[in-house]
Amino acid sequence: MAKLTFKTDLCKGCGLCVDACPKHLLRLSPDAINKKGHHPAELTDEAACVGCAFCATMCPDCVIKVER
Amino acid sequence: MKGNEAIAEAAIIAGCRHYFGYPITPQTEIAAYMAKRMPKIGGTFLQAESEIAAINMVYGVASTGLRVMTSSSSPGISLKGEGLSYLAGADLPALVVNVQRGGPGLGGIQPSQSDYFQATRSGGHGDFRMIVLAPSSVQEMAELTVKGFELADQYRMTAMILADGTMGQMMEPVALDLDVKPMPEKQWATTGTKMNRPHNIVNSLFLDPAALEQTNFERFERYKFIEENETMYEEYLTDDAEIVIAAFGIAARVSKNAIDEARKQGIKVGMIRPITLWPFPVAPFRKAADKAKAFISVELSMGQMIEDVRLAIDCKAPVTLCNRVGGMIPSPEQVLESIRQTAASLGGAN
Amino acid sequence: MVVFDKPHALTDAPLHYCPGCTHGIVHRLVAEVIDELGIEGQTIGVAPVGCSVMAYNYFNCDMIEAAHGRAPAVATGVKRANPKENIVFTYQGDGDLASIGMAETVHAAARNENITIIFINNAIYGMTGGQMAPTSLPGQVTQTSPYGRDVNHCGYPIRVCELLSELEGPEYLARVTVNSVKNIKAAKAAIKKAFQNQIDGKGFSLVEVLSSCPTNWGMTPQKALKWIDEAMIPYYPLGVYKDRSAKEEAK
Repeated sequence: MAKLTFKTDLCKGCGLCVDACPKHLLRLSPDAINKKGHHPAELTDEAACVGCAFCATMCPDCVIKVER
Repeated sequence: MKGNEAIAEAAIIAGCRHYFGYPITPQTEIAAYMAKRMPKIGGTFLQAESEIAAINMVYGVASTGLRVMTSSSSPGISLKGEGLSYLAGADLPALVVNVQRGGPGLGGIQPSQSDYFQATRSGGHGDFRMIVLAPSSVQEMAELTVKGFELADQYRMTAMILADGTMGQMMEPVALDLDVKPMPEKQWATTGTKMNRPHNIVNSLFLDPAALEQTNFERFERYKFIEENETMYEEYLTDDAEIVIAAFGIAARVSKNAIDEARKQGIKVGMIRPITLWPFPVAPFRKAADKAKAFISVELSMGQMIEDVRLAIDCKAPVTLCNRVGGMIPSPEQVLESIRQTAASLGGAN
Repeated sequence: MVVFDKPHALTDAPLHYCPGCTHGIVHRLVAEVIDELGIEGQTIGVAPVGCSVMAYNYFNCDMIEAAHGRAPAVATGVKRANPKENIVFTYQGDGDLASIGMAETVHAAARNENITIIFINNAIYGMTGGQMAPTSLPGQVTQTSPYGRDVNHCGYPIRVCELLSELEGPEYLARVTVNSVKNIKAAKAAIKKAFQNQIDGKGFSLVEVLSSCPTNWGMTPQKALKWIDEAMIPYYPLGVYKDRSAKEEAK
């Protein structure tokens, strides 16, 4: 069980994290819009996330904090 | 000691331990001297790949707050133009020496003063000034180098020694017991936060126009203070002078001989010798203009300082040019002839 | 237990880079290395002119803004001011390092200047809107090669690591990329070695990072990472192009 924290206002909706997640647990929020007008990334299934941090590694803007 | 070497030794006395240069006549002795001396005193001499690289190495050392210098000659100073503007934009203290040679273009290697505008008005892009110091003896080459470092540190800007080939190659006795004021504290320097302060940034980029404007206003406040407090000049027989010569560097030495000769012939002529070309000594010219009826600007150029003389006296009196260029030096006879012609024109007048 | 977070050496300033631009990843890797080596207090970074011109706002160590192409010369001055106390790195783009600053790059390498250079090769001038760079590929369409780069007209892209590897001077030259988690880990290792070389006084260490420019390549961030594999790596093979001490140890 791992915990992701998103600094949603820093997210630019580039989607690199979404592709990087081996278990495809991330998506760009279909409805939420952040301060910059992007659809921020979010975790769809917290239980399934093992905290491998692939998403955070691919993120160019240090949006994702990963804790186990 | 040679003028060029006097500059180098004085820089070391002033605490400069970093010099970056590139070979170009007639200033290469400065680099050669530093190449020999710096390693012996734990200093750094480095020959850069170009004058552009050299001025940027100066920018690097200046960012850490240490005293640093470079030297070159006219074409090399043109290459450093962007760097000089960056030094001004980032408010970095540095010493730059220009041992002028004939121009434009590749020009010649003989002495010249045709970089006057470049030094006092357009060292590079943007509104900025440099403190420009013009030695006319080997002793002054040494003294103004120390003064240059002190002014550069005090006002966080570039000080330029504007010499010429004769000053550089000339040999004269030099007293090197120069007293050097201690360097001021430089909180702004980038020396590593040591994790006990926020990071310092040395930078001249301000995309926000209001911020960029503010840096210009602040800089020009400092320039105003410098104009009021740091102007340096020498006056020679100006008390009763009806004709006043304006000349600096080698031109001033030649003019002195001509003045002495003219005085023997009963002509009341004197000289004001600017030592700081920027800030230009306006006051003595304005005072002289109350009495003097004519001015002569003696220069090794097609007439550049003449404009500052006219501005200083608000064109109250005629200012004629007595000049040679390309590396030719006006002779005392030529200056004397110019004085006699001016006197004659005045004679007719009253 | 925190597994992954923003490194201390990065400030909290939001990055101005375009969405999906890998500059941000390389910034983070440099900052992670600075944290892991515990050198933030001694480090001074030199930012170039280009997309990363405002890098001085993103690193918590002291930073200096250099004129376009002159970062290696500025870094030379900074390093030679306090060689024992300071760790000096430059962070430069391909226009900055391989076009206007080529002389500074070659001579800093030839001098084996004890500095670390992070060289971002994205085959384009990003900040100014997508012009051809000295590393733009043959046939690559840019604002100043609208019909595709014609090598007969304006010559061939420059392979910097190979070029510098001919020099006796430099200690370490490596080309990496950041278009996948695996490659990012390898890139970080190279960057760490480049900084460690400086700490050990071994000299000039340059890491060339093949990086993406979605906006000016006209691609999505994902497609841009693929283009690095499909187009850039064939012309710019990854690998270590010089590692003097490793070679000496091998003897």
